[in-house]
Amino acid sequence: MVKRVLTHLALLTGAAVMLAPFILMLSISLKPPGEVFSPHFALLPTQWYAVENYTAAFTKVPLLRFLLNGLFVTLCIFAAQALTALPMAYALAKLRWRGREAAFAMVVLALLIPPQVPAIPLYIALWQLGLLNTYAAIILPSTISVFGIFLMRQFFRTVPDDLIAAARMDGLSEWAIVWRIMLPTAAPAIAAFACLSFIWNWNEFFWPLIAVQEEHLMTPPLGIAFFSNAEAGTSFGPLMAAATVVTAPLALAFLLAQRAFIEGVTMTGVK
Amino acid sequence: MANPHRAEAIAGTLLALPAFILMWLMLLGPAVAVGLLSLTDWNFGEPRIGFAGLENYQELWDDRVFWISLRNTVIYVGVSVPATVLLGLLAAIAIEGVGRGRGFYRAAYFLPVASTLLAMALVWEFMFHPSVGFVNQVFRFLGLPTADWLQNPDTALFALAAIGVWQNLGLAMVLFMAGLKAIPPDLYEALAMDGADGAWERFRRVTWPMLGPALVFVVAITAIRSFQVFDTVQVLTEGGPSKSTEVLLFTMVQQGFTFLRSAYGAAITMVFLVLTLAITLAQTTILDRRAHYG
Amino acid sequence: MPGVALRGIQKSFGATAVLRDVTLVAEEGEFLAILGPSGCGKSTLLRILAGLETADAGEVLIGDRRVDSLPPKARDLAMVFQSYALYPYMTVGQNVALPLEMRRLSAWQRVPVLGRMISGAARRAIAADVAAVAAPLGLTPLLARKPAQLSGGQRQRVALARAMVRNPAAFLMDEPLSNLDARLRGEARAEIVALTRRLGVTALYVTHDQGEAMAMADRVAVMQGGRVLQHAAPQELYDEPASLEVARFVGSPPMNALAGHIGEDGAVVVSGARLPWHSTARGAVMLGVRPEGWVPAADGIPVVLERIEHLGAETLCHMAGGAVLRLSPEASRGLAVGQGLRLAVNRAVLFGPDGARLPLAAARREPAFG
Repeated sequence: MVKRVLTHLALLTGAAVMLAPFILMLSISLKPPGEVFSPHFALLPTQWYAVENYTAAFTKVPLLRFLLNGLFVTLCIFAAQALTALPMAYALAKLRWRGREAAFAMVVLALLIPPQVPAIPLYIALWQLGLLNTYAAIILPSTISVFGIFLMRQFFRTVPDDLIAAARMDGLSEWAIVWRIMLPTAAPAIAAFACLSFIWNWNEFFWPLIAVQEEHLMTPPLGIAFFSNAEAGTSFGPLMAAATVVTAPLALAFLLAQRAFIEGVTMTGVK
Repeated sequence: MANPHRAEAIAGTLLALPAFILMWLMLLGPAVAVGLLSLTDWNFGEPRIGFAGLENYQELWDDRVFWISLRNTVIYVGVSVPATVLLGLLAAIAIEGVGRGRGFYRAAYFLPVASTLLAMALVWEFMFHPSVGFVNQVFRFLGLPTADWLQNPDTALFALAAIGVWQNLGLAMVLFMAGLKAIPPDLYEALAMDGADGAWERFRRVTWPMLGPALVFVVAITAIRSFQVFDTVQVLTEGGPSKSTEVLLFTMVQQGFTFLRSAYGAAITMVFLVLTLAITLAQTTILDRRAHYG
Repeated sequence: MPGVALRGIQKSFGATAVLRDVTLVAEEGEFLAILGPSGCGKSTLLRILAGLETADAGEVLIGDRRVDSLPPKARDLAMVFQSYALYPYMTVGQNVALPLEMRRLSAWQRVPVLGRMISGAARRAIAADVAAVAAPLGLTPLLARKPAQLSGGQRQRVALARAMVRNPAAFLMDEPLSNLDARLRGEARAEIVALTRRLGVTALYVTHDQGEAMAMADRVAVMQGGRVLQHAAPQELYDEPASLEVARFVGSPPMNALAGHIGEDGAVVVSGARLPWHSTARGAVMLGVRPEGWVPAADGIPVVLERIEHLGAETLCHMAGGAVLRLSPEASRGLAVGQGLRLAVNRAVLFGPDGARLPLAAARREPAFG
């Protein structure tokens, strides 16, 4: 009994530490410059500066643009990933063709390569094609998700062969089978993958930093970094407001889709 | 009707083709290219490219900054991985054990994993502020020593490691929770019947051995993620103060993109790749061994 | 002296009542089978006895000690789980030794690695006990193996050894044979009974297999819907079931229950035929007849033979309408499907429409022309 209470206390303290940055971020975004650096510690501002900070966030930098860029980029990336990964996963899981084993081996090999490794050659290639500083530059490298291929293949393997045989007898083409049979069956796995893809690409900083210099193309993390450099500590309130705005979609999406998120993450552990 | 096997083979090839091509274009091809590039002397924008053998690697070997960078990265990984794994395991066990409030705790501990590191890093920057920062205020309250965490070369790397632990803890926790769920509950019951119902005995005789494979996996994943530390360095310290937070990826970006020394950056990338592969290899070997003799 | 007693046990999970005022007593040294379908509460009852669950109301006694408030390890019971619950990362020897280690070694002596240095003598004694228990079960060559390297039957014996090694006051077994091949089950049954008899220990055995319960137990407690329907020796359960539910559950093939009626004269009428059976009860009734309770007779109930099963040692004849007749192979020679027969009732049990047992007496058989 006592043990339970103590465990809860420990967990609550831990939770407080984990959530502290978020609460702080929110708190600062509501405070006027005077109170931000005040030696007293107070969660709520005495003078509510929310409107000013948030307005500043959207006007000093094109925050809305950043958000829209983020949305656009993650959607394009996920669409491309789904369009390419699902058919290949199906082909790897259920069809017999020459080179299948070799192709799968390459997928596994590609899984071992950290995403930062191809950066330099990709940069050079994009430069040669004149594609640097475009949406394409941000989107292209992430259009392939070997993780998605692997995950979907594992999932597709559990679909009964009879289901596919029945579909073929009903006259469906292999392409149709991918989208009308495999997709619905794997819906939870795909939802989980979508969540992971969304978080990963929304938060991605390394590659967009390299690929893009122009303000109007910046994704949210890039935009925040830009804001931070530009203002150099003078407008901390608006900076935190911008940070809140950028983090909010993820936090909300996460809280609403917790199960899918966490299942998606756990699936990486289920080999 | 045409040979059904032939039709299936064609379908398979066609369906896999787009992803296959993309995979080579964006991942495997560039990976090979990086290896080749590291053997040249090319700098970005130069009209001519020449073969340089292992010169870049020789230069790396002699480069003081590279070794500092490597050392910092190893220290960073060496500090943050055990902390992340241990705290993640404790959190998982505690949360699975309490029953109530599980959803809340799981969400609270996992939220940092889903959040934008860049944005949160800036909040942490504020929290690490020497006078008004949250961390120092709490430490002062508890009587613990304070410091200018991000500006002091002795503490900066550890401050960044703390942020890394904060971010990855939830991931480790969730993976452990999956592992814990897979442990058959009647093992604990048999243990109770056998006379061992204390927390330590339960942990030692059932939880720890059964979590073995999960543990190896979590350590590997966390290590690989920690190895890729970049965002916090780029935006908070830029490798400073006095190169105390210079890490491998940061050096790679500096050399390869800021200084435009593409071939040299490629060499650093290869070192980075080899070390990552080493971690994965260690993981697979340990798991394999366990499966056979475990 | 009772070996083990459960009195007035009540247990609900949320809104579902799983055990309703259950009282069960097993004498010392008795092999008691707890028989019932899935969901009848038998496993829950066993777990309450073990201390893995707590009852909402009622008492648990071991010997004459009340143990309701004691944790499992203080109750001196051993349990064999359906899945065996062997510790996968310990060897067979370590699995069997663990209960002894927990009881005989102090916390310091159990510290990994270093604790060994201060517990040499105790550990040797434990090893000797483990060897003594392993030998009769044929486990001696397997002591260094891990459970994953054993067959199902071997694992089952390790689970038994682990339970035995402590010489507990009672063995609790929760469907321990259900994961074995049918072939092995027969041998394992005999082994378990021989073992418990030799040790003279009280055993409680939960199962849904009536054949198993009947074959192994000194007494069987039939449970359904969270209640004990009857608690008696196997033969008594078979011959004198307390209710229709019990009668249907025990015996294979199951007892036929024929709908019938008793008029003012007290004679049982089934399918229009007046049977030479009388009862003081009146009104709608169910007549229970087992396959060996039928006999072909010229003045019996007319039935049509629907199906014949030649089982080698006997023949089962299934009639349209459900009656099953058991005959020797010689007696059944020449019978054909579709044939009409007449069957008289040699042995029967009477139940009311609610399943409760009613009195029944055989009238003297009147001559056919009476």
